[in-house]
Amino acid sequence: MKYMMMMNVPAGGTYKIFSWPKEDIHRHIAFMKTFATKLRASGELVSAEGLSGPDQAKLVRAGKDGKPITDGVFPEAKEFLAGYWIVDVETTERVLELAAEASAAPGPGGAPLNMAIEVRQVMSAPPKELL
Amino acid sequence: MTAPLDRPTQHLLRDLAPQVLGALVRRIHDFAAAEDAVQEALVAAATQWPSDGVPENPRAWLIRVASRRITDHVRAESARRHREAIVVSLVPPEEQMALAADHGEDDTLELLFMCCHPSLSPASAIALTLRAIGGLTTFEIATAFLVPEATMAQRISRAKRTVQASGIPFEPTDAAERTARLGAVTHVLYLIFSEGYTASAGEELHRSDLSDEALRLTRVLHRLLPDDAEVAGLVALMLLTNARRAARTGPDGELVPLDQQDRTLWDRAAIAEGVALVSATLPRGAVGPYQLQAAIAAVHDEAASTEETDWEQILALYGVLATMSDNPAVSLSRAVATAMVHGPAAGLMQLDALAGDPRLAGHHRLDAVRAHLLERAGDREGAVQHYRRAANLTTSIAERNYLLTHAARLAGG
Repeated sequence: MKYMMMMNVPAGGTYKIFSWPKEDIHRHIAFMKTFATKLRASGELVSAEGLSGPDQAKLVRAGKDGKPITDGVFPEAKEFLAGYWIVDVETTERVLELAAEASAAPGPGGAPLNMAIEVRQVMSAPPKELL
Repeated sequence: MTAPLDRPTQHLLRDLAPQVLGALVRRIHDFAAAEDAVQEALVAAATQWPSDGVPENPRAWLIRVASRRITDHVRAESARRHREAIVVSLVPPEEQMALAADHGEDDTLELLFMCCHPSLSPASAIALTLRAIGGLTTFEIATAFLVPEATMAQRISRAKRTVQASGIPFEPTDAAERTARLGAVTHVLYLIFSEGYTASAGEELHRSDLSDEALRLTRVLHRLLPDDAEVAGLVALMLLTNARRAARTGPDGELVPLDQQDRTLWDRAAIAEGVALVSATLPRGAVGPYQLQAAIAAVHDEAASTEETDWEQILALYGVLATMSDNPAVSLSRAVATAMVHGPAAGLMQLDALAGDPRLAGHHRLDAVRAHLLERAGDREGAVQHYRRAANLTTSIAERNYLLTHAARLAGG
């Protein structure tokens, strides 16, 4: 079963990694690297990406002519998607365990961030037979 | 770039893969190393044979190349354990090993027992079986399961370490253990088949090859154990299910339910073979779940339409199946068969009894079956409601599309 684990962080909350002291940033990045390496070694990693910050995000809609109309920054957003993992696991319990591990990534002073990780199942193959 | 292997040569390689692996495991007693070496030999064959031609004795060729790979690795790693056993001779080690290894016996069954060992998770057993017995490359397996090659490589090497660490004996175990292990093997083959069969046409072509591969491996198992009724039943079940593959999806890849399938698209040759197999097996006694499912598939496959289907026989077969396995999926199918024989109300009553089963709690199939039966009962509103609930709960896009489309059609009148 494949799942996406999404790391949603509050826009004005603790996860303002750029304002952290250097050692905290290093610790956090090292944790994320180790986490990905472990997932690769266990044969569970499908993909993992970190996303650029909300400052660079664009909101796109099609205009009347089908051309893109872009909105710039949206300061009103309460939280943003910082990154995600797609994992292929044997059980639901396993993905919850992994999400908890990611949630406890170290933040300022090395304390666990306990971020909210949203877990969603990736749609898969249909059953063998419909009725 | 070399020419790709032609189909017969590809099949030859895949047939030889477990035989070569078996010969090497017997010789060096190191499953993981032997498996790696065989994989390398298969790759070498795939690159060399198209230009050089297939060697006179392909099996010996593969054993020789794989043996050479092992001695190369042994030299490189200075693994004393192997060196002492192999290098103390003037005969080149790979020749020595090739000569000693090949007695021509077929160890495929023992290898299947190893690769499908209960200590492995299903996903690991599937990957290992496809590589070690099926002779598929890691890339092919990764593509089939839509994961990166590196991830699949890790899964396979972890599986091999588990096999190695568990100290599973290569030689056959006692009869009771053998029966249990055979059950694990057929289960893994069945899972591989299902993975391929449920792949929707077009978008995931590589996946559908998995059902052909599962059928091929199950045929090999059947050849090795011709008297095992459940193995024969599994071959029949795969044939009879696979026979409907072309009809189960429409032109845009949408799912087509059994009662609306164009039955002229069904593979008559596969149906004839499957029916013959299950008919020959069932009367011999020792009836098991695969034979029963094959028998049910045979009744469907032989009918000209849903209306002309012998539902009484299907209901009876599900009745027997229910006594053998406490699987809620069987109970759901049985409720459908009950509805076809005794009317939708009787089927719905069976569903009510199942509603308390925790294994079905929040499962879309319960809603999908209820919707289907309500539709048959003429309760359009109730059917729409349950089709939509099922659509909301399923984890398959193809099935969700089917359920939503069906609900919309009913709601639209």
